[in-house]
Amino acid sequence: MPDIDLDSFRAETRAWLEENCPPEMRTPAASDDDQCWGGRKFTFQSEAQKLWLERMAAKGWTVPDWAPEYGGGGLSRAETRVLHQEMARIKARSPLSSFGIWMLGPALLKYGTEDQKREHLPPIARGEIRWCQGYSEPGAGSDLAGLQTRAVSATDEGGDYYIINGQKVWTSYADKADWIFCLVRTDPEAPKHKGISFILFDMDQPGVEPKPIRLISGSSPFCETFFTDARAEKKDLVYEENKGWDVAKYLLGHEREMISGMGHGGGGKTLPQMALDSVGVGAGGRLADPLMRAEIAMFEVRAAAYRAQAERFNDEWKAGRINPAVSSMMKYYGTELNKRRNELAMQAGGTGALEWESEESNGGKSARDWLRSKGNSIEGGTSEIQLNIVAKRVLELPG
Amino acid sequence: MPLYLTDDQDMLRDSAKGFLAVKAPVAHLRKLRDADDAAGYDPALWKECAEMGFTSILIPEAEGGLGLGHVEAGVVLEEMGRNLTPSPMLPTAVAAVAALKKGGAQHRDKWFPKIASGDATVALAIDEGAKHDPAATAMRAERSGNGFKLSGRKRFVVQGHTADMLIVAARTAGSAGESDGITLFAVEKGTAKMTADPRRLADSSFAAVVEFDGVELDADAVIGEVDAGWAPLTAMLCAGRAGASAELLGVGQGTTDQTMAYIKERKQFGVIIGTFQALQHRAAHLYAELEVARAATLKAQQLLDDIVDEKSADRARRAVHTAKAMTGLATTLAVQEGVQMHAGVGMTDEYDVGLYMKRARTLAELFGDTNYHADRLACEAGY
Repeated sequence: MPDIDLDSFRAETRAWLEENCPPEMRTPAASDDDQCWGGRKFTFQSEAQKLWLERMAAKGWTVPDWAPEYGGGGLSRAETRVLHQEMARIKARSPLSSFGIWMLGPALLKYGTEDQKREHLPPIARGEIRWCQGYSEPGAGSDLAGLQTRAVSATDEGGDYYIINGQKVWTSYADKADWIFCLVRTDPEAPKHKGISFILFDMDQPGVEPKPIRLISGSSPFCETFFTDARAEKKDLVYEENKGWDVAKYLLGHEREMISGMGHGGGGKTLPQMALDSVGVGAGGRLADPLMRAEIAMFEVRAAAYRAQAERFNDEWKAGRINPAVSSMMKYYGTELNKRRNELAMQAGGTGALEWESEESNGGKSARDWLRSKGNSIEGGTSEIQLNIVAKRVLELPG
Repeated sequence: MPLYLTDDQDMLRDSAKGFLAVKAPVAHLRKLRDADDAAGYDPALWKECAEMGFTSILIPEAEGGLGLGHVEAGVVLEEMGRNLTPSPMLPTAVAAVAALKKGGAQHRDKWFPKIASGDATVALAIDEGAKHDPAATAMRAERSGNGFKLSGRKRFVVQGHTADMLIVAARTAGSAGESDGITLFAVEKGTAKMTADPRRLADSSFAAVVEFDGVELDADAVIGEVDAGWAPLTAMLCAGRAGASAELLGVGQGTTDQTMAYIKERKQFGVIIGTFQALQHRAAHLYAELEVARAATLKAQQLLDDIVDEKSADRARRAVHTAKAMTGLATTLAVQEGVQMHAGVGMTDEYDVGLYMKRARTLAELFGDTNYHADRLACEAGY
């Protein structure tokens, strides 16, 4: 069915992108470091990167489907899809990578007050404030609701606030973030899920101390973050006190979706191509190593089928016809596939893939990606936790 | 088009589900099997399937059919899989119809009305070895007078002993391994020098070994073009594979539903065994595999229904390879976990899970197993 309005929106969008997307921004970002993350401490890598963010933010197109009063473009679902299609057409990269957009934004839109939305969403949309997530603690991993970081009410001439003490871990980019959305215990007497609050606070204060964590893959965006009498204003409490677990669960759903999409279509060489380059072609134009070929072929079947499932999940999600717990299945399957892909990439690369620092190996990219991928099925809820959720909330198994 | 069923498709599923649950539940298969039925299916039920419109789904409206697509055919086949309904639906109303659409008017005019009314069934004579490999077709069709003479042997001709017509792939040029040089023929039941030897399979269905001992055919018997049978054969196999994927999915889902119900009620050590994490994690993994297979199957069906040119046909064909490979993996897991989670009773004939396991094995082989399709995808991707 032709849609005149949508067609003209497409034409306008195409023309605008053509004129406003700098040529340097029409190639995929090479790594996390090559993306624009915004924030007070961020240094743009190029004038083009800065310009691209500013132009897109001015249109509200860093968050096209948010309302204009929150810094968004106010686009309909169909228009948002057209915008993404037109960006993909010219290979335009995303103007802004942001936990604010991916994670906090959806939670604030659902649970925030009007004042909170107006205060916090526009700086996210413009890339002015960079956020990090304070969830896990050394003693609260899979058992996230067992978290112990304490928030105690206090009042002074500045108003009502919380004094926060404790430690978070796996806080991605805590050393680069401006603000944190954080789960804290406000009622130690209540059952563990019922004494947690979801609070926002500025990281730029003496009581907040992030410390990067070195992983098996080398340096990482993860930090340990220590709070010593840190201050959070009461107006920045999201939803009600002791009801933070509801917000946390909602947000985890978004995080799982994000992680389940990792490692797909991310540019670079395909697995078969890596294998062909590495072990060569044998009889009948087939990969010279028949057992490796079989393993890769079987992986590719699952990867192709999962792409269809991701499309189906997305369509059903948008139509509101899916059990939200199915996102746990997506997270489980997507991350397990990504680990498998990296195992096969190492196998295909052979001894060449072992190099850790050489220029030829791009600083050990294969090996580091491989090791890093092992975290996919741990972060955002382990595979075992996802399987528990599917068993109970989808299959409705007892106990 | 979103990747889920439309309201109309949902309605068709509900009507097929309701019809088959009453007319052809697993007990129907048991009854035929225990009576040592020689046909392999119930012709009266087949006639009722025709009245329900199942046999007309893929026949164009202009030719007396419903003019629907592979999604709709799959919806019905999935329910047949779920009920283990013995029926010639897949070869006749899905695969053969797809081939005949690519053939001349003489075939369509003759067979479409009979297929639609449930008065004729069709079987496919493609495989020659123990594994599906249509390009390896070696059986010869020599030119003879105005027509052809077929000599050779076909295996795994599902319902070949009861079919009113066989679609036969034979080589008119080239040699085994080449896709060029194959021709498709329509060979009617009772044609001289053709004999079908029905073999009962593990799942109680029948597949025939068919001998062609110099079978003489008119030039009219050719479906599509001489030497260029690969095109109608591909259309037929794509339809058959997508359909087999749907039926396999139904088998996997049907047995899994029973398994989940079983572990929610069976008690050991004083507790319901479905509370054990050892079973919960395997059940959740199985659920994931089935959902991924379901998406791959629906994607293939939708792409088959959207073919407009060579590019979209290639895309659909690859999606069909993925669907058949993935449903093979998922349903094979479903029946294995089904028997294991049922444990002792899963080994008994009294419980249905074993019947599902047998049916899954047959469907896994039909039109190529997971390895076959994964290999095809790899070859097409250039490795």
